[in-house]
Amino acid sequence: MEMPRPNQDIIARKADLIARLLQVLPVDAVISDPSETRAYECDALTAYKCPPMAAILPTSTQQVSDALRICHDMGVPVVPRGSGTSLAGGALPTADSVILGVARLNDVLETDYDNRIIKVQSGRTNLSVTGAVEEQGFFYAPDPSSQLACAIAGNIAMNSGGAHCLKYGVTTNNLMGVTMVLMDGTITELGGAHLDAPGYDLLGLICGSEGQLGVVTEATLRILHKPEGARPVLMGFDSNEVAGQCVSDIIKAGVLPVAIEFMDRPCIRACEAFAKAGYPDCEALLIVEVEGSDAEIDEQLETIMGIARTHNPVELRQSTSAEESARIWLGRKSAFGAMGQINDYMCLDGTIPVSQLPYVLKRIGEMSKEFGLDVANVFHAGDGNMHPLILFDANKPGDLELCEAFGAKILKLCVEVGGCLTGEHGVGIEKRDLMVDQYAPEDLEIQMAIKDVFDPKWLLNPAKVFPLQSSESHRIAAE
Amino acid sequence: MTSLTPESEADLADIVVSADTPFHVHGGGTRPIDGPTNGTPLSTSRLSGIELYEPGSLTLVVRAGTPVAEIESTLAAENQRLAFEPMDHRGLLGTTGEPTIGGVIGANVSGPRRIQAGAARDFLLGVRFVDGTGQVIRNGGRVMKNVTGYDLVKLLAGSYGTLGILTEVALKVLPDTATTATLSIAGLDDETAIAALSRALGSPFEVTGAVHMPQAQGEGRTLIRIEGSEASVAYRAAELQKLLAGFGDVLFDHDTTANRALWRDLRDVSAFHDRAGDVWRLSVKPSDAPGVVAKVPGAQALYDWGGGLIWLLVPQGTAPTAIRQPVNDAGGHATLIRGNRNAGVFHPLPAPVAALQDGLRRKFDPHGLFNPGLMGQTA
Repeated sequence: MEMPRPNQDIIARKADLIARLLQVLPVDAVISDPSETRAYECDALTAYKCPPMAAILPTSTQQVSDALRICHDMGVPVVPRGSGTSLAGGALPTADSVILGVARLNDVLETDYDNRIIKVQSGRTNLSVTGAVEEQGFFYAPDPSSQLACAIAGNIAMNSGGAHCLKYGVTTNNLMGVTMVLMDGTITELGGAHLDAPGYDLLGLICGSEGQLGVVTEATLRILHKPEGARPVLMGFDSNEVAGQCVSDIIKAGVLPVAIEFMDRPCIRACEAFAKAGYPDCEALLIVEVEGSDAEIDEQLETIMGIARTHNPVELRQSTSAEESARIWLGRKSAFGAMGQINDYMCLDGTIPVSQLPYVLKRIGEMSKEFGLDVANVFHAGDGNMHPLILFDANKPGDLELCEAFGAKILKLCVEVGGCLTGEHGVGIEKRDLMVDQYAPEDLEIQMAIKDVFDPKWLLNPAKVFPLQSSESHRIAAE
Repeated sequence: MTSLTPESEADLADIVVSADTPFHVHGGGTRPIDGPTNGTPLSTSRLSGIELYEPGSLTLVVRAGTPVAEIESTLAAENQRLAFEPMDHRGLLGTTGEPTIGGVIGANVSGPRRIQAGAARDFLLGVRFVDGTGQVIRNGGRVMKNVTGYDLVKLLAGSYGTLGILTEVALKVLPDTATTATLSIAGLDDETAIAALSRALGSPFEVTGAVHMPQAQGEGRTLIRIEGSEASVAYRAAELQKLLAGFGDVLFDHDTTANRALWRDLRDVSAFHDRAGDVWRLSVKPSDAPGVVAKVPGAQALYDWGGGLIWLLVPQGTAPTAIRQPVNDAGGHATLIRGNRNAGVFHPLPAPVAALQDGLRRKFDPHGLFNPGLMGQTA
């Protein structure tokens, strides 16, 4: 993976930069010792590492603004960082950059149940947003698998989804307002407790912009009352194709589950070993969850299980207790970790039209043989967001490169069948060079023109999202 | 002036490339809420037709000029619908013609279900558009989850044709429901009504409409919509009746046909169709809504979205500041929907936001060809 060559002039001025940052930040908020900056050398995409020149951990919007203004004046690149759980390398530093971590911005600023909103600082973790409102029976809907650790700032940067977004939508559908600091230090307010934008939908634009347009310090989020109950049903099938067809039939029938999750045999086995959820040992497993009162759940599941029966399931079983449901979900949400215990893996994130599921699964199986690398499939089937995990051996020379080539081929297949490179993890550096497979030059050009407007000097997270060759003229013009 | 009506995306791109004077961009022309713009009328109404509809993937791809009515009947045949429930502006604005999906997206038009299901922008999966240099641009796609690159899809929704001319949109659709029921409480004052709606919306019972019609428009009524299977609707209605018992008698009506007509009227703000005066659309925090309305002299309100959306009827020619000031004080925005558009349609933006908006516009439309004069006010 190519990164821009670090600017030695900037590195030479490190002492000056640190001195200026210390004028606006508390002394413990500026980390510049190489033994400590190492902690920020990568995110969850650990294949790529580079310690930053410094890391700063501001505790207020004003401090973020002051620090950004200094970096802006000195031409220093800034890489914003939430909790560092990005699987796409979104928070990978360069040697001449400053990591701006929002970890200390983690307060709840306001909870308002009448208006169904919560306002938090952006470093707060996803799950602790729900934690702040669950006593009153409320929750924050987007639920990425990393929700215990991941920060709202990162959720906004990547427009994170989760298993339940089939019903509740992703971050952009649950984000109502932000306080955002531009690279030159300007503090802006977008949206708030009211719905829809007064002008252009800039909130929609910054959501998913991977920390390239501004640094979000506060967010107003929609909260909802928890459903009365929820119940998953397990459906085992003897082929991926049949499972895929069942998903399509369920959706077509007019019942909309909150989640339809898919796992194939390698994944089922790893998750079962980890969570003891009682998954059947079969080719393909669906976890379908519906919500409501007991009677409402019974009614929906009757329809759904009726459809499943027409596909000759090898297993069809409703959860019978809250404890069993929790284990079923623990298994699914631990899928990446469980696979990680038995193998190195690369996690992909392409999305395809649901109707293409059987075909794409078949092709992935064929490619797996071609490349000689095993694949475990786990994904959000209801919305076509796939997470194939390609298994490889990091200690075997050439295996990572082989794995990356295989991954690129799967993602290109996703694009070919009408889908996209990334459904919820973001482009980062991981999929940066594949952007030309999804977008024509003019499609990328207008996106980069947006960065020109928000960050004319191209200092915020500059080496991400756009292929370096595509962005070169913008980065040079900005110097 | 006759409208230019290109018949293909390529025609449209050619027209824009060779243009040296601006355009007034529109779809079916039923929502002239976009203010006065000098320019040659340019309509996308002939870029029409459904490109792809996969009920099993909940996906629809249509050309921008496709009539909303055609989309709705196509979806209805598969028992699906546009869940954001786009309003038909013709009754309120006295316009004729055929609303198009491009117009719906261009103005981000949603209905009462926006409070639960989301706005038009939330259902928009992908766009194709022609920018101000005549280039055809694609963004998003036809899948439900997509974070590949910047989200121009959201940016184009609600940009009123000022950033690009939409040629094709991909939408997420949802299943229709069997039963539509309405709970109603009579005689509540505005504050109490909004509190009742908040209680209902903060419950687990999936309210899909929350409207309050104050006393001034005849009998004051506070209305709550529930949709779903017959059994589920009956159950949730009973639970909501218990929950709201302290607010008064909660009546339950489950005549689906009548309720669908009722909510169509609410969606289209029928209460103000035959009433003289200017109409404003206010977006505020729900609990602030009654206070904002009380500060506008001579105003009559219809509250939707649990109070978050206020339709305000004021005497013709009421100064915009009379509405904008209380909205500014509360936090929110106001758009003039019916009235003298020269007075400014859109809510003025704070300077840093206006600067970003202006910068974007110069990138998308460097020659100022699309709806010049629109969406440009700074506070």
